[in-house]
Amino acid sequence: MNIADYNFAYLDEQTKRMIRRAILKGIAIPGYQVPFASREMPMPYGWGTGGVQITASIIGPDDVLKVIDQGADDTTNAVSIRAFFKKVADVAVTTETAKATIIQTRHRIPEYPLRAGQTLVYQVPIPEPLRFLEPRETETRKMHALEEYGLMHVKLYEDIAKHGRIATTYAYPVKVEGRYVMDPSPTPKFDNPKMHMSPALQLFGAGREKRIYAVPPFTEVVSLDFEDHPFEIQTFDQPCALCGAENVYLDEVILDDKGGHMFVCSDTDHCEKRQAEGHRGHLAPEAMEPAE
Amino acid sequence: MTDEPLLRVSALSKYYGARLGCEDVTFDLWPGEVLAVVGESGSGKTTLLNCLSTRLTPSSGGVSYRMRDGSWRDLYRMSEAERRFLMRTDWGFVHQNPADGLRMTVSAGANVGERLMAIGDRHYGNIRSTAVDWLSRVEIGKDRIDDEPRSFSGGMRQRLQIARNLVTGPRLVFMDEPTGGLDVSVQARLLDLLRGLVTDLGLAAIVVTHDLAVARLLSQRMMVMKDGYVVETGLTDRVLDDPRAPYTQLLVSSILQV
Repeated sequence: MNIADYNFAYLDEQTKRMIRRAILKGIAIPGYQVPFASREMPMPYGWGTGGVQITASIIGPDDVLKVIDQGADDTTNAVSIRAFFKKVADVAVTTETAKATIIQTRHRIPEYPLRAGQTLVYQVPIPEPLRFLEPRETETRKMHALEEYGLMHVKLYEDIAKHGRIATTYAYPVKVEGRYVMDPSPTPKFDNPKMHMSPALQLFGAGREKRIYAVPPFTEVVSLDFEDHPFEIQTFDQPCALCGAENVYLDEVILDDKGGHMFVCSDTDHCEKRQAEGHRGHLAPEAMEPAE
Repeated sequence: MTDEPLLRVSALSKYYGARLGCEDVTFDLWPGEVLAVVGESGSGKTTLLNCLSTRLTPSSGGVSYRMRDGSWRDLYRMSEAERRFLMRTDWGFVHQNPADGLRMTVSAGANVGERLMAIGDRHYGNIRSTAVDWLSRVEIGKDRIDDEPRSFSGGMRQRLQIARNLVTGPRLVFMDEPTGGLDVSVQARLLDLLRGLVTDLGLAAIVVTHDLAVARLLSQRMMVMKDGYVVETGLTDRVLDDPRAPYTQLLVSSILQV
């Protein structure tokens, strides 16, 4: 089939308008889940169809797109989505956080600080933070409408009662602009503070659940907690094994079947940048291999 | 006792389409008073209870409630937010089946603490000590605080449900067959406990039951319903010892003597 048969960025213009309206409503009511008519995309649910639809609706010919999957630019999901937009929108793509105008992400916020004008698009599997405590959609909607969020703390209470601390490490609930409680998608709670007062626009798309929500730039995003068990992010007791970075989110990589493992930056772009600048961790190779 | 009632019910009727649920029920409930609603299955007791607790909207008639600040509010003119707030602070609702009133997948402590967190308590230590205190008041051991109600016996679940409802210090509790489905010895203990709590806390309660013994033990006043109508009201001891309506006479004489 000829690729010219596709409309720019795959979706037809009416669909894009519909999605843009949902995005605008989401931006106007920070943290509120706006229903939208999610379309079939040429990839399965769970691959980021919500994020892809948002990206397709906001992308223009001059945009520069970066796609990450768990922080990495070179995994299947990231590579496929990047290739998809290269094909259907003919846009420039990059792996460099600083150069991108749109960053579609699955579960990480890049380590490099985002700036005004950039848009972060999240792929969201389950947009409803109250879902596992209250299975009825009619009831959760009512709870959002009436600001009845006591139940969210029941979950955190259970964590402390069972584990002695708040053991939720990802999809950690946040309150946006003092009103709506929002699930920040399964990003590690390490990234929660980065959402607070971010200069970049953050958009969340859940394709299967048909919801879009947003955090506009410079919006208050507060992680829920107890007075005597305050919110805290993960800490790591060793630096990245490749670039020696500290205070970044690390992934554990198994090296052999004898218990060997190392911790490396989850953000590959950040790690490669640092290695190019000459930073070395204790397992870093002497000569760098090109990433792509 | 104050000189004003807590709840005023006037000419309350509920129809399910053409079918009658309950018809023309009028009464006042005073602070600290326990009212038993008795009658056979299908007599409209539960419909009445659900209408009073705003879980159902009546077809006609009104219910007004004296708020903590002394003002009278029509329950059906309140906004949903106010009504739900009232239900989880000033009211309690004890279901016949504890699974309906409990969150079965979270621990006993969280079940008791939920109402506290819902009204803005954000101190884990305080919530937990309140939960421990309430569990001991309903005779559940401190060591069970982190267990899920699924692992509890029927009687324990019912007591947990009571604790969960009473933790915010409500003034009015609705109970729908609180002892239904429990065996006799557990029933006796639960009734003992309930009677103690109701007296200590000065709770007003509306108890729906088909068990006249429960009514005798818990309530001061009693309302007998049949086919949606109230056939007799009066002090519990008077109604049970000297029933006037033919149906009440039948009901009282139907009690099995052991």
